[in-house]
Amino acid sequence: MKPTDFADELGEWLRGDGPESDIVMSSRIRLARNLGDFPFIKKCNDVHKASIESTVCEKVTSHSDLADTVFVKVNDLEELERQFLVERQLISREHSESSGARSVAIDKQEVFSLMINEEDHLRIQVMKSGLDLEKAWERVETIDNALEENIRFAFDSQLGYLTACPTNVGTGMRVSVMLHLPALVMTRQIEKVFRSLEKVNLAVRGLYGEGSQAMGEFYQISNQITLGKSETDLINDVSEIVPVIIGYERKAREYLINESQDDLHDKVSRAIGTLQNAHQISSEETMQLLSKVRLGVNLDLIHDVQLSTVNKLFLRTQPAHLQVLAGKKLSTTDRNVERANYLRRHLNSSQGKSDSGEDLFV
Amino acid sequence: MKCQKCEKPATFHITELTGDEVSALHYCAECADKYLKSDSDDEPVAEEVGTAITKHLKIDQTADELHRLDQKVCPVCGITFYEFRQSGRLGCPNDYEYFQEELNPLIMSIHGETNHVGRRPARGDDGMLMQQIEVIRLRKEMTEAVEREDYELASRIRDQIKQLEEELQ
Ligand SMILES: [Zn+2]
Ligand SMILES: [Zn+2]
Repeated sequence: MKPTDFADELGEWLRGDGPESDIVMSSRIRLARNLGDFPFIKKCNDVHKASIESTVCEKVTSHSDLADTVFVKVNDLEELERQFLVERQLISREHSESSGARSVAIDKQEVFSLMINEEDHLRIQVMKSGLDLEKAWERVETIDNALEENIRFAFDSQLGYLTACPTNVGTGMRVSVMLHLPALVMTRQIEKVFRSLEKVNLAVRGLYGEGSQAMGEFYQISNQITLGKSETDLINDVSEIVPVIIGYERKAREYLINESQDDLHDKVSRAIGTLQNAHQISSEETMQLLSKVRLGVNLDLIHDVQLSTVNKLFLRTQPAHLQVLAGKKLSTTDRNVERANYLRRHLNSSQGKSDSGEDLFV
Repeated sequence: MKCQKCEKPATFHITELTGDEVSALHYCAECADKYLKSDSDDEPVAEEVGTAITKHLKIDQTADELHRLDQKVCPVCGITFYEFRQSGRLGCPNDYEYFQEELNPLIMSIHGETNHVGRRPARGDDGMLMQQIEVIRLRKEMTEAVEREDYELASRIRDQIKQLEEELQ
């Protein structure tokens, strides 16, 4: 199976359902693990990397809990295919661009991915649509248990799981939730919200882009520390804060509806208008406009577009997806034209009918 | 607005919340690319760890002492302290023990704790780490033997590794 075979699917985190999915895009938990009998990646030679890869591959494929897994050798992929996996968040940018034997194991629903030879020997990642850290953790725990039956990880009784970077030592766990916060950005309250999180050891990261603010108004909240707290406590820290931020965003949305409905309606309508009519458009502009459309759909200002369509467009208008769907490599200029075509087709044809995803790229 | 790292116009704006401050990063496309690529998207940048440790050290270390510390080499994986300081990444599990004196203050400042209280391997962890580190050391010796074309020694070491691995299973 080729990784680009996933192109027809949407992937778990863009399904657009799950708790609080009007604001929470996805919940993700990631564990860093290292095989105890090999040096960390920095000091691995080619032989070491190849044996780590084959050891893990064998243990994973032979375990019944992990049977439904596709193994992809990242080192054998074309750049476009690697970029495609990065856009789907199945591998990290670093994993895509490093060198030597490395792979990723992905389950067919794209709920979990297991990066082999990334910054650490193993990165176990589980993603769920919406706010669902509990289910994500259940799955991570099952996978970690299954792997530990056959693999002895580097573990120190005082420091816990040993990782290549001391920032991950202990639990090796990073919990993150991706939030869509357009109303907090529009009402200029976003920084205030972040400041209120100061003391709780959480990191906030905006998606980058052109313009004066984070691209598409998406923000990721994650734990800063990995040592000295149990996995459950680290998850709780994030779980307790997210509903508070959701509450702020809902209040800001209410305010916009009540106090500046015309302005809001104008912004949203211009966004969908541009996307429905443009003949060339960059991925940054697309992200920003889709973000407004997403808000419009959630606030019932746009009726003829489904949330799942918006989510689908976020993914499929990204450079690698666009090229995979077009079936050829495209220059930046050609991509901007192709992207506009794709958007026009999908935002003008989906009127009134439900989007089942069968209208791929005809 | 100009890029924080060079003089080009800043087109990328990244919001970071670290510890007790919100910071906005403003980069040009090139510097943003470097910043984002050095980062696996939801965690601190490894290079920043290097910078942090250098800061820690400078407080009570003279240039001479720092120079001497930089030369310190882990006997198991061969990483120098300088290499770690530059990259923010360690070379093997033994480094946590070997560079303990320098690492502990860093770990304390990152996590505010030095004791793990989370999950532990279900099969127990008694003394495993020592044996595993011994295997890593042997792997390095084997590589060196192969490089010297001392294949007899290399094959003896390979048998040793195999035996230790079986005990570890
Ligand atoms: Zn710059
Ligand atoms: Zn070492």
